[in-house]
Amino acid sequence: MQDIASRLKSGRVIIADGATGTMLHKAGLPAGIPPERWVLENPDPIRDLQRAYVEAGSDLIIACTFGANRKRLEHTGLADQLVEINQRAVQIAREAASDRTYVAADIGPTGELLLPPIGKMTYEQALEIFAEQAAVLAQAGVDVLYIETMSDLNEMKAAVAGAQQAATGIPIFATFSFDHHGRTNMGVKPEQAAEALQTLEVAAFGANCGATLEMTEEAVAKMHETAPKAALIAKPNAGKPRMVEREVVYDATPEDMAEYAKKFVAMGARVVGGCCGSTPEHIKVIAEAMAS
Amino acid sequence: MSDILNQLQEAVIAGEPEQAHELAAQALEAGIAPLDAIDRSLNPGMQIVGDKYECGDYFIPDLMMAAEAMKAAMEKLEPELMARQEQRQILGTVVIGTVEGDIHEIGKSLVATMLGAAGFQVHDLGVDVPVDRFIEQVKATNANVLGLSALLTTTMRNQEAVIEALKEAGLREGVKVVIGGAPASPEWAATIGADAYAENANEAVDVVKQLLEV
Repeated sequence: MQDIASRLKSGRVIIADGATGTMLHKAGLPAGIPPERWVLENPDPIRDLQRAYVEAGSDLIIACTFGANRKRLEHTGLADQLVEINQRAVQIAREAASDRTYVAADIGPTGELLLPPIGKMTYEQALEIFAEQAAVLAQAGVDVLYIETMSDLNEMKAAVAGAQQAATGIPIFATFSFDHHGRTNMGVKPEQAAEALQTLEVAAFGANCGATLEMTEEAVAKMHETAPKAALIAKPNAGKPRMVEREVVYDATPEDMAEYAKKFVAMGARVVGGCCGSTPEHIKVIAEAMAS
Repeated sequence: MSDILNQLQEAVIAGEPEQAHELAAQALEAGIAPLDAIDRSLNPGMQIVGDKYECGDYFIPDLMMAAEAMKAAMEKLEPELMARQEQRQILGTVVIGTVEGDIHEIGKSLVATMLGAAGFQVHDLGVDVPVDRFIEQVKATNANVLGLSALLTTTMRNQEAVIEALKEAGLREGVKVVIGGAPASPEWAATIGADAYAENANEAVDVVKQLLEV
């Protein structure tokens, strides 16, 4: 299989997967139980979901390791199983993958503020936490490390540096979540993000999650302006969630997201997919739109 | 005199704790009453900070640094308040936390900080707070307001569980319930019988003030 860096250079768009969390909740993951627990105790729904994404047209699926860093696992008493969880999650994704699917590992935020003197975590501590997770993931054998849903530039830098130290040679994808007046909630502008990530030598960068499809579009446009040659990533939510009675509803249809995916590609996106609220059906329609 | 108060307000808005501390000291030396400094510098300063957040000029780090500056100034003003046997007016008592099963902390802590800065007594129970603990603390502190945060579409249900438990404990009448968190909304507040929804930390202060009519 073509390595991911060459694939990005080829200009052929990589279809990523859609939501993991919201889909696992639909599959019965109880509120408050982190998906990482299912990695060990109930892996079948995770594998089934990832297989559904592969069948829908995902060229890249992301292992269920978003919250599998030490800091987050400590909250749920799973920290002593960090190695097992990360290894097993990659294995599950491999089982779901076809021989033409890239398997990415997911690296999410620590949930702590890196804001001395107020925040509880320093850059160095964050770097160590990310390096620990990345080392395990590298050993488990992934094609790419996908750092996502970041809000803070320093935490992103720590994650990239940690991954580069501990998992040398594995390409990195890096995305921020833009959800407050066009910036991240920590105030990072898309332009700033693009400028910083450009110099950090990641394979691709962009936006995921976010508030609305429009906000992600605006962010991708600004990143493209700042870094016209960069391979960008757009993996937005299926719109902003709202509650109808007691049910969560994401309003963006597969067709809506496919329309946006086309816009993203026109603005330099080489990886497109979905975040919260998106389903294999969304990915299927996005993949069809990309093929035509 | 008003010069020092203007500078103090600017230090809060700019989020400069050391400057705010120093300027609070200067204010006292110049004979300014500590309550005046609070009412004329710190409170309006925080109000401006909140407005700046609302319109997208400010972001979370700016809010946190401003609150830190306010805290630094209060450290200087509080002993003088005590010495004069005066008290900053306490607007109400708030119990706040992120509901069970949810470990998101930053937004909830920010709301707690801003409420504290606005003059409320705040009991922050942290994250992943069991229903019973909310009930216990509302009772123990005689709270007027209960703030429930949930960042996950799945844990939002626990906001409702707390409200139900309040009713069962016969405490619902005495306490206003405000909910928040990315997936929450005014409609959700209505569905589960909360008194109000607040979009962000700044709005939370306004909403709580309105509910308590202070």
